[in-house]
Amino acid sequence: MLELRMLTKRFGGVRAVEHVDLAVAEGEIFGLIGPNGSGKSTIVNLICGLFPATDGNVLFRGEDIGDLSPHARVALGIARTFQNIRLFGQLTVWQNLWVAQNSRKQLGAQHFIGRWLGGSRRDREEINRTLEFFDLAHKRDELAANLAFGEQRRLEFARALSAKPALLLLDEPAAGMNVEEIEELDDRIRKLREDGISILLIEHHMELVMSVTDRVAVLNFGQKIAEGRPAEIQGNPLVSEAYLGTAAKVG
Amino acid sequence: MDFYLGLAQIIGIHTLLGLSAYCVLLTGQVSLAQAGFFAIGAYVAGMLTVLAEWPLIPALLAAAVIAGAIACAVGFPALRLRGLMLVVATIAFGESVRLFFFNFDYQITRGNIRVGPLGGEGFRQIRYFPEHGWSTLEVLLFVWMVVTLVMAALWWMDRSRAGAVLRAVGEDEVAAQSTGINITAVKVSAMTVGGVIAGAGGGIFAHYTTHIEHVQFGVVLATFAIAYPILGGLSNVFGTLLAVLFVQGFLIEGLRFLGDWRNLLFGALILLAMNLRPRGLLDAGAIAALRRLSYRKDATGA
Repeated sequence: MLELRMLTKRFGGVRAVEHVDLAVAEGEIFGLIGPNGSGKSTIVNLICGLFPATDGNVLFRGEDIGDLSPHARVALGIARTFQNIRLFGQLTVWQNLWVAQNSRKQLGAQHFIGRWLGGSRRDREEINRTLEFFDLAHKRDELAANLAFGEQRRLEFARALSAKPALLLLDEPAAGMNVEEIEELDDRIRKLREDGISILLIEHHMELVMSVTDRVAVLNFGQKIAEGRPAEIQGNPLVSEAYLGTAAKVG
Repeated sequence: MDFYLGLAQIIGIHTLLGLSAYCVLLTGQVSLAQAGFFAIGAYVAGMLTVLAEWPLIPALLAAAVIAGAIACAVGFPALRLRGLMLVVATIAFGESVRLFFFNFDYQITRGNIRVGPLGGEGFRQIRYFPEHGWSTLEVLLFVWMVVTLVMAALWWMDRSRAGAVLRAVGEDEVAAQSTGINITAVKVSAMTVGGVIAGAGGGIFAHYTTHIEHVQFGVVLATFAIAYPILGGLSNVFGTLLAVLFVQGFLIEGLRFLGDWRNLLFGALILLAMNLRPRGLLDAGAIAALRRLSYRKDATGA
C-alpha cells in the first residue's frame, strides 16, 4: 500500500528524517513511535506532500507520488489528521465534512454543478453516517471552533474519513484524551480496518499502540531503530533505551 | 432629490466593488488589485459603447469578462504570495493599471469632435445614458438590479459547497490542502469571480459619471474596496452592503456638514467601528440577534 524508500528530509543542517524505509501493507494498522522530535510528524508531512523530500521516494500502491501536490495525493486515497488539531473553526461540523467530500474521485463522475452545490443525497447520507459513527450527530450545526477538545479530535478524524481514504495517517489522535475516549478511539480504528482502510498510527500512548497495531516501527533522531510486532518491540533493548525506558519511568 | 438618486447609484456601484473584494477575502487573500479590475472594466465598457457603439449590456458583459480574464492571469503569480507581500504585489498591479490608462490614448473623430481616452485628460463623454434617454431613476434601477443579481448569486454560492470550500481555504490552507482541496484553483477562481464583478461595476461606473480618468482608480479606491468587506464582516454579503451604506451614506455624505472635521472623524469612526465589532458590523452575533428578533415577532404574531 505505502512504501517509503530511503526517505530523507533535512531542514538546513537538521536531519529530521534520515534514510527511512517503511512499508505499510494493505489493511494493516502500522504504528510509528519515537520520542518527541524523532521525525514522526515530518514523515507524515512528507507522505502528504506538504513539503518535498530531500532524498528518497514515497510510493503509494507501487507508484512514486513524490511530485504530486497534497490535494492530488488525497484524491489517490491518502488522508490525515493533525497533531495540533486543524479544523475549519468558522464552519459548522457538517460543513467540515462536506468540504472534505469534495476531494473524492467519485465526485468527478458527478454532475459538475451538483458537486459544487450540495452534493448528492448519497453524499449527505454518508455525512450523516460518519457523524453517527463519531457520535457528533447532535452537534452538526455547531461551529467547529465551539466544540470541546475531544469532539474536535473526533471531528478531525471524521473529516479525514470523509475524503474516502484507502490509507489514513493519524498523527497522535489520542493526545489529550481521557481513558474512556481512548477506548472509543481504539474501537473506531479497529472498525475502520474491518472496512478495509489501512492506517499509519503515530502515537505516544503506548497502551493504544500495543493494543491496535499489527506492526510498529520506532524512530529516534530521524532514523528507524527497530521494527516488528508490538510484543517484539517492547522487548527490544534499543527501544527501551531510546523511548520506552523513559516512558516506563514516568508511568 | 437628484442628490439622493446619485448617492444611491454610487452606493450600488461601491457595493459591487466591495463584493468583488469580498469574494477574494473569503479565501483569506487581501487584494488591493480590485480598483485595477474596476478601472479595466470602466475603460473597456466605455470604449465599447462610445467608440464601437455597442449597446450597454454586451459592453458591460465584455468588460466583466476581460477584467475577469486579467484577474485570472494576475491570480496565478500573485496568489503564490501571502499576507503583506500579496498586498504589496496587488498595489503594484493596481498602480500599473492606473499608469497604463494615464498614458493610454485612443481617440477617433466622430462628427467634429474627438472621442475616446486621452491619457491624463481622461476619457470624457461616455454619454450612453443621456443619449439613449435613460432617466436618473432608470439608471438607478438598473444599477440596483445588477447589485441584486450579484448579491443573489454570491448568497447562493455562499450556501453551496463552493462557498464552504472558499471559507475553508480562507481559514487554514494547510488543512484545506490536506482534505483534498486544490487551493491554487480555488484562490484563482475567487480572484477571477472578483475580477468579473469589479469589471462590471467599473463599466457601470464609467457610464454613471460619463467622465473617467486615472486618478479615480488609485490606492484610495482599492482601500475602500477591501475596507467594505472587512468592515462589514464576512458572515454574508449583506455585511458588505451595510458597510458601503455606513461609509458612503453616513461617513461621507451624512457628515458633510462638518466640513474639514469630517475627514478627521471619518478615520476615527472607522477605527471605532472596527474596535466595537472586530468581526465586522454584521457578525455572527448580530445575525443571531436578528434571527431571535424575527422569531419573537413570529411568536407574538401567532
